[in-house]
Amino acid sequence: MTAGSPLLQASNLHTWFELRQWGFLRVGSVRAVDGVNFALARGESVAFVGESGCGKSSLARTLLGLHRPTRGEVTFDGEELSTLKGKARQRYLARVGYVQQDPFGALPPFMDVRRLLNEPLIIHGVRDPAAREERIRRVLEEVRLTRVDEILSKFPHMLSGGQQQRIVIARALLLEPAMIIADEPVSMLDASVRVEILNLLRNIQRERELTLAFITHDLSTVRHFADRIFVMYAGRIVEQAPVDELLDHPQHPYTQSLLAAIADVDADNALEERDVPGGEPPSLLNPPPGCRFHPRCPKAIAGTCDVREPPRFAPREGHYSDCWLHDERHGS
Amino acid sequence: MTDATETLLRVEDLRLHYQTRRGVARAVDGVSFDLRRNEALVILGESGCGKSSLAKALMRVLPRNVQHFGGHVMLGETDIMALNDERFRREIQWNRIALVMQAAMNALNPVVRVGEQVAEPLRVHRGWSKERALERVAETFRKVGVSTDFIQRYPFELSGGMRQRVVLAMALVTEPDLVILDEPTSALDVLTQAAIMNVLKRIKRDEGTSFILITHDVATSSELADRVALMYAGQIVEFSDARQFFHDPAHPYSKMLMDSVPRLHQPEAPGHIPGEPPDLINPPAGCRFADRCPSRFERCDRDPDAFSLDERRRVRCWLHEGEDA
Repeated sequence: MTAGSPLLQASNLHTWFELRQWGFLRVGSVRAVDGVNFALARGESVAFVGESGCGKSSLARTLLGLHRPTRGEVTFDGEELSTLKGKARQRYLARVGYVQQDPFGALPPFMDVRRLLNEPLIIHGVRDPAAREERIRRVLEEVRLTRVDEILSKFPHMLSGGQQQRIVIARALLLEPAMIIADEPVSMLDASVRVEILNLLRNIQRERELTLAFITHDLSTVRHFADRIFVMYAGRIVEQAPVDELLDHPQHPYTQSLLAAIADVDADNALEERDVPGGEPPSLLNPPPGCRFHPRCPKAIAGTCDVREPPRFAPREGHYSDCWLHDERHGS
Repeated sequence: MTDATETLLRVEDLRLHYQTRRGVARAVDGVSFDLRRNEALVILGESGCGKSSLAKALMRVLPRNVQHFGGHVMLGETDIMALNDERFRREIQWNRIALVMQAAMNALNPVVRVGEQVAEPLRVHRGWSKERALERVAETFRKVGVSTDFIQRYPFELSGGMRQRVVLAMALVTEPDLVILDEPTSALDVLTQAAIMNVLKRIKRDEGTSFILITHDVATSSELADRVALMYAGQIVEFSDARQFFHDPAHPYSKMLMDSVPRLHQPEAPGHIPGEPPDLINPPAGCRFADRCPSRFERCDRDPDAFSLDERRRVRCWLHEGEDA
């Protein structure tokens, strides 16, 4: 990790979506992000891992300024996000690149690659067409697209999934961002292309010393593409640690069951059933009291886990887990 | 009890070509394999390799733009390709072969209770009464781990994992000989995926069902496979025992694909396969993988045969010529 102040910091961040009936009657809130704290250093790559509905995409969109936090704040380079208006907000958006899950949906179908890559440069005031062309060619090279002239005149549907995702990454890089948020960047791609795109993102992150935040559900790829992992469950971060530490010594029962559910490829996998905690992730409208994982947790302590929210413990150095099992009074 | 090694399905030179504006797309282009009773065969392949078309060809749910559909498919003693559409629909579809299509869980009718939807194949294809059918539905729900209370629910009241179990129940309710599953877990979360694979393992063990599992995900495939057929550009390039395929693949494409699988406890980063699969409209003349293959040599300009390395393994690659058993 690099020294100095964090590039991005989220404190007590909540993003709730109000649910209304007949358009005006408030019936509750979906607590998509519900009290999240973290700090991302300059030049580090982190992964937010969790299942669908755990709030990881809402978190990404909050960091991008697409959702206004209900409570808490995000600061980027010392400035609080919600105070940014007009030009300052536009500058922020130029400094944070976004790589979406579905590359085809992310690219406007009626623009050829040249036009869709020119667009952000025009919006952000690069007036000279030759300068724009020069920058576009440079990033296309950076994302390893060959035959640039041919690509520039193509429309998104004429490109393969891998090429489309490279264009999305190129677009995110055009404005020289300090940080990239990639929401499931490879989940729509074929296995043989996935690693290529992840490698590309990792290399660009290292070369440009970017901060890279991956949102993913796939624990099996994170080891090679992130420095730190945050595991999310039901709107909260339940465990965080450097990547090797977390994968080799998972502390939270939820992380442990996630890791137990994915096995490395082996013909013996077909022979036995896997340990899977019963039930489903809770409704974010009405999360259970106490620890949100307790109804499914094989190690839940009655009278504690179902009543009190677990605080953050540090069972190992640099490794944090929100679980009562680490409380010494429970003698673990 | 039937003999464990009895062949249930024998597919020979199956072809399914589509007419498109740009020309004829050879989605399934001469596919041959066999499936034994109570066996799980995985058809593995990346998008566009023709694996879903293969499922549709076996179940005969064909789009309108079919240009050529032919080959031999024997289900037990029945030559199902010889049946006309009417007989095929009446005797084979859902009665003997059931198909869980990709994203079927999102295709449930939103305004019909799930119990009635699952009962439909029994009511339509067998003419059972509603009561009798619902009784069977309840029994099937128990097998796939869905509470029988859900019979009266609507699809929107169920989570993704539960809906996937419901479509599984729909495929199993007629107790077919063969269940074809097209990407049954790809839209689901890790824990739900593992739970669904557990259900399939249990059904295979307890009910003796035979499965064809179609997937692009090697890790998922290893959760059920007895044998693996790897498809590339409309053809099966390797057909092996699961153990051999996962631990000692033979075709260069199989090797590179296995190498690109991320492993949780592997220190080195996974590899990737450079290039793109060929166009199914104008596949290259020789070996279809040649352009991306590191072991390419002169012979690869000619279409390789499927060489049998031993009785359990067939590989479509010139490197294995002469090893032919």
